[in-house]
Amino acid sequence: MKLTKPAAAAAVALLSSVALVACSSDTGTTPDNTTGTDPGATSDAPMDSGACQPAGEDVTLEFTSWIPGIEGVVDMWNADNPDIQVKVQTGPNGNGGTYKNFFNQIEAGNAPDLGQIEYDALPNFRVQGGLEDLGPCADVMAAKDKFVDWTWSQVTLGSDTSVFGIPQDSGPMAMFYRKDLFEKNNIPVPTTWAEYADAAQKVKDAGGYITNFSQSDINQFAGFVWQAGGSWFSNEGDSWDITLDSPESITVADYWQGLLDKDLVSTVPPWTDEWNNAYNSGAAWTWVSAVWGANSIASGAPDTAGNWAVAPAPQWTEGGTDAGNWGGSSIAVLKGSDHLYEAAKFALWLNTSDESLTALNEAANIYPATKDGLNLPVLKEGVDFYGGQPIYDVFAEASGQVVPDFTWGPTMTQVYGDVSDSFKNAISGSGTLSSALTDGTASTIAALEAQSIPVAGK
Amino acid sequence: MSTDVEKNVSVKTPSDRGQGPAGPRERVMSRTVAMVIMGAFTLYFLVPIWWLIVAGSKDQRSILTTNPLWFADFHMLQNLGDLFSYRDGVYLEWLRNSILYAGVGGAVATLLAGMCGYALAKYTFRGREAIFNLVLGGVLVPATALALPLFLLFSKVELTNTFWAVFLPSIVSPFGVYLTRIFAASSVSDELLEAARLDGASEVRTFFTVSIRLMAPALITVFLFQFVTIWNNFFLPLIMLRDESLFPVTFGLYSWNTQLNQLPELRSLVLIGALVSIVPLIIAFLSLQRFWRSGLAAGSVK
Repeated sequence: MKLTKPAAAAAVALLSSVALVACSSDTGTTPDNTTGTDPGATSDAPMDSGACQPAGEDVTLEFTSWIPGIEGVVDMWNADNPDIQVKVQTGPNGNGGTYKNFFNQIEAGNAPDLGQIEYDALPNFRVQGGLEDLGPCADVMAAKDKFVDWTWSQVTLGSDTSVFGIPQDSGPMAMFYRKDLFEKNNIPVPTTWAEYADAAQKVKDAGGYITNFSQSDINQFAGFVWQAGGSWFSNEGDSWDITLDSPESITVADYWQGLLDKDLVSTVPPWTDEWNNAYNSGAAWTWVSAVWGANSIASGAPDTAGNWAVAPAPQWTEGGTDAGNWGGSSIAVLKGSDHLYEAAKFALWLNTSDESLTALNEAANIYPATKDGLNLPVLKEGVDFYGGQPIYDVFAEASGQVVPDFTWGPTMTQVYGDVSDSFKNAISGSGTLSSALTDGTASTIAALEAQSIPVAGK
Repeated sequence: MSTDVEKNVSVKTPSDRGQGPAGPRERVMSRTVAMVIMGAFTLYFLVPIWWLIVAGSKDQRSILTTNPLWFADFHMLQNLGDLFSYRDGVYLEWLRNSILYAGVGGAVATLLAGMCGYALAKYTFRGREAIFNLVLGGVLVPATALALPLFLLFSKVELTNTFWAVFLPSIVSPFGVYLTRIFAASSVSDELLEAARLDGASEVRTFFTVSIRLMAPALITVFLFQFVTIWNNFFLPLIMLRDESLFPVTFGLYSWNTQLNQLPELRSLVLIGALVSIVPLIIAFLSLQRFWRSGLAAGSVK
């Protein structure tokens, strides 16, 4: 049978679909390249910097974020700045896919100008050459003193001349506690970790747990280490020193191991209904957590409204005034943006102006990273869920007490994964929290070496 | 509802077999066993949906504090109102996008696959088997593995973050080509095609008036498969799309779900949104499953 015209057409259609499948599967064998490292990128590749000049014409910036309701805030900017229009797009949070997309888009050369990046992910983007340096922007350098000191060191990544993002929010930690239960049982509110351990025993006797140890969300533990003055990473030049098992870190691990061994803390997986229920039913009495935790409790434990209060986090030394931090993010300018000046201008407005910070707080409970922002009128009000206590005063104080030197590493996803796996094992009885940190140090060194990122002393 | 049908079908099987030499006691035994197994599976599949319906009917507070498998207060209408009005009804936009991607994409994919499969089955030409084998190879490549290369390709032609970025990859269905070829080979007889040609019908006309009707069960099957595949395709939109107004509903709900830390109030919207998002799938299945079953059966009988 000879090939008739329609058959030929069908064959063409078929061929083209096959070709699409075939050629895409060729490239399909190397999907890791975009997110893996290219050794060249790790060296301090010269940024095409120096160009932080106004474009001299109308500019449209793209901005990707995941803050619910940020569109409204951006609209405020757009209304006042016809020459710098910002197009905002929201999607899943960073680790939910947006970071991966940033890397893909940087690879393909079509990344947005501005992106939301959490502090613990910034070093990764930096090492992979995904960020524009805002150091040449005079406005940015001049804004340094507006920010709480430690948030600034989160975005300079150890440099005096470079800035890789504008701090947006912060998560200073304090202690949420069940005021009613502590009073009813005549347990003094702990101010040091030693008192906290004593209180844990009394709470246990009263039929509860003093808190829940977060086995799979390592960020809380990192916050404890942060408060104790430890750091998990440090970098000099390009090379990284990994100290997950620093003395401070081990002290914190041993402390919690002690509570776990005596069954004084529960180990419900965090961010689950079970976990919410532990707080809602009065099974867990305290939570040393970040400022945004205020809403987690309020929504997760609605039956306990009015019974909570906030106190400064327990200290390692009596009379100490150190705080840890859990979370927080910055607005970074992604590699390839042609409008550094305008992008920086917008990011500064977004993260420092009263109108923006107030709107962000109202829309998504964003807690500012600026000194003035901590005194916004919205953050001075009493909160009903906490018996009318003006809880943000406690966090404002904590924000100023956060130890400034904590540094994140370039492979935090791997670190969180490895350490939380070992933590889970430790909780089910194999190994300890401190051995988990020792193992984590080894596996992190291996991970950096696998990506050809220089490790100090190697 | 679809499980009801399945239950009826499979319950019949053991009793039919029982008409053989096996005794009545054995018949009751096997029937009971079958019933228990079916019952367990029905429960297994329906409990999550039940949970979703219950959760969708509760307000923010009772979702966490009341029995997850029983109603507490009936807030469903209010939740629906909140869902549809949140952020100027972005959810409705997502639902419309999903229906466009899956409905139109599925229809185009079915047409293309049907034509390809028909051509491969009914025309002899050089390289026919090679093409078919290549298509079969396409069946084996998971869509997830293709997403990133597709992103880079679409970046080259500057089509990322557009409707086409999700639509174009969706209209390719290697499995559909495979299925329609097998089906066309067995259900469209050469004599019929000869007759049509003798009557003066062009090849195109023959395909659209005669063959396509004979192939209908296979086409419906391909459409349903493709519809569900596109509807559930999460990875491609995740990589391709930045603009919220282009999101399909699955990806949109996922975004909300990852924002719970920032805004715990989103939880009830995610739940009611998930409930609403399965309704179109249920409708598609209920209205088309008749054809699907007869389609699969037709292949086996032949």
